Amino acid sequence: MTAITVAIPTGRARTASPLRAVLRNKLALVAVVVLALMLLAAVFAPLLAPHDPNAQDLLVRLRPPAWMAGGTSEHLLGTDQLGRDLLSRLIYGSRISLLVGASAALLAGIIGATIGLVSGFLGGWFDRVLMRIADIQLAFPSILLALAIVGFLGSGLWYVIIVLGFTGWVSYARVVRSEVLSLRSREFVTEARAIGVGNVTIMRRHLLPNVMAPLATIGTLHVASAIVAEASLSYLGMGVPKEIVTWGAMLANGQLYLGTAWWLAVFPGVALMCAALAVNVTGDVLRDVADPKAYRR
Amino acid sequence: MKPLLRIEELSVDFRLDTETVHAVDSVSLTVEEGETLAVVGESGSGKTATALSVLRLNPEPPCVYSGGGVFLGDRDVLKLSEKDLRGIRGNEVAMIFQDPMSSLNPLKRVGVQIGEVLRRHQGATRSEARQAVLPALREAGIPDAERRAGQYPHQLSGGLRQRVMIAMALVGRPKVLIADEPTTALDVTVQAQILDLLVDLGQRHGMAIMLITHDLGVVAEVADRVVVMNRGQVVETGDVLDVFDRPADEYTRALLRATPKLELT
Repeated sequence: MTAITVAIPTGRARTASPLRAVLRNKLALVAVVVLALMLLAAVFAPLLAPHDPNAQDLLVRLRPPAWMAGGTSEHLLGTDQLGRDLLSRLIYGSRISLLVGASAALLAGIIGATIGLVSGFLGGWFDRVLMRIADIQLAFPSILLALAIVGFLGSGLWYVIIVLGFTGWVSYARVVRSEVLSLRSREFVTEARAIGVGNVTIMRRHLLPNVMAPLATIGTLHVASAIVAEASLSYLGMGVPKEIVTWGAMLANGQLYLGTAWWLAVFPGVALMCAALAVNVTGDVLRDVADPKAYRR
Repeated sequence: MKPLLRIEELSVDFRLDTETVHAVDSVSLTVEEGETLAVVGESGSGKTATALSVLRLNPEPPCVYSGGGVFLGDRDVLKLSEKDLRGIRGNEVAMIFQDPMSSLNPLKRVGVQIGEVLRRHQGATRSEARQAVLPALREAGIPDAERRAGQYPHQLSGGLRQRVMIAMALVGRPKVLIADEPTTALDVTVQAQILDLLVDLGQRHGMAIMLITHDLGVVAEVADRVVVMNRGQVVETGDVLDVFDRPADEYTRALLRATPKLELT
């Protein structure tokens, strides 16, 4: 006999909690776990990595992963053309990729949200000037702009972060501005003014929390695209210096050996994809959590 | 009785791209301590623009205050700096808006929103504000105040939300209360309760209430005096009973005739 269980609503509202919202969504749980593991790997890289990521051993160059013929358990994911351990390089690479992604998205978010808030709330010539600047920047391919700036300033980790931050603010600013345009005519903003709240406080305490949901979504998308953009810059040799391991640089290097040693390009690619996907899904969860209506059902 | 709020020859224009709309045209009125003044008129007659002018809340631009003054005591609101205005808003003059659905910030607990008035004007700390919120909610007739203070606006019914708005307006003990169609968005049974509550609290605290409405039934029920507006101008003003019994102006008569009556045949 089959037992059938039916969920009966108790009639009493369940205790609302953002944590519960995450636990109820299986995909979200997976994404958060993947992201957490990557962060842990990045933080504890020296403890986790089996080898020095830059140690070369030409005797074991281009070894395939351990489960393939010719692979050794010494190098689980194989080695590259200089005999460097791929797993160790992936683990160390996550540090730079996640740091660049998160910092660039945060920087762009702060710049974009501030410009969008002020532009949408104050309006007038201020708005017109800022939005024309945004148009100009949008019309310019951002990777080209990044290349130009890096070429001008010189490459380096912090330059890459700053460049990706400054080239990514437009999408934040536009979305925040359009949200603010609709929010500022809502009565709760007039009500806030009617109890004596000033413009800066209205923007910070009343408008900003109401645009956090789209901000979080764009932010996570941007984390993913910044990781890829760093990879592109490194691929073109304009990113971080060669001695620092990044997924982008590994991908660029592996591409040369795609026909003979596929693992060199595939593993960093998969890592990149997993990170981007995990960040995006986590962003969706963040958005739901930021909105009290979404999880208080 | 001394007038707490005095509007003199106020003119308000809205300058749009192609034309200028004279929303309020030389309007004068006074509201005294403990008195309820109703401002009636159809949509677009300038009632709300007049009400918002008291706190200079009309959006500028396109709004331009082209003449007259709004006096609280002997200060002209239209001549105050933005900083001085903020000291008056919510403190000396409070406002209740039409739609309680959209006048509360959806992302903040209602208790916090009410407490914000005290934190802003009386320098109350977070915990002082929290303590003052509960009596304010109870005074506005909200049962189970502790629980309600911790809820978000979407968890409350329309009537409760309007009570929250009233608590928020009154917690700073204003001298003048402006209620802009406070019952329009509510259903009929709740309307009467909210109006009774407003008038009762107004009398208890000796406030001057300016009630904006298009509902003459509301006027008859709660107001002492009435100002009838049409096309931005005051067409008639006087004691409620006088105006209802012997309307002097043709527009007032038309407005009264338009009120549905329940007749038994």
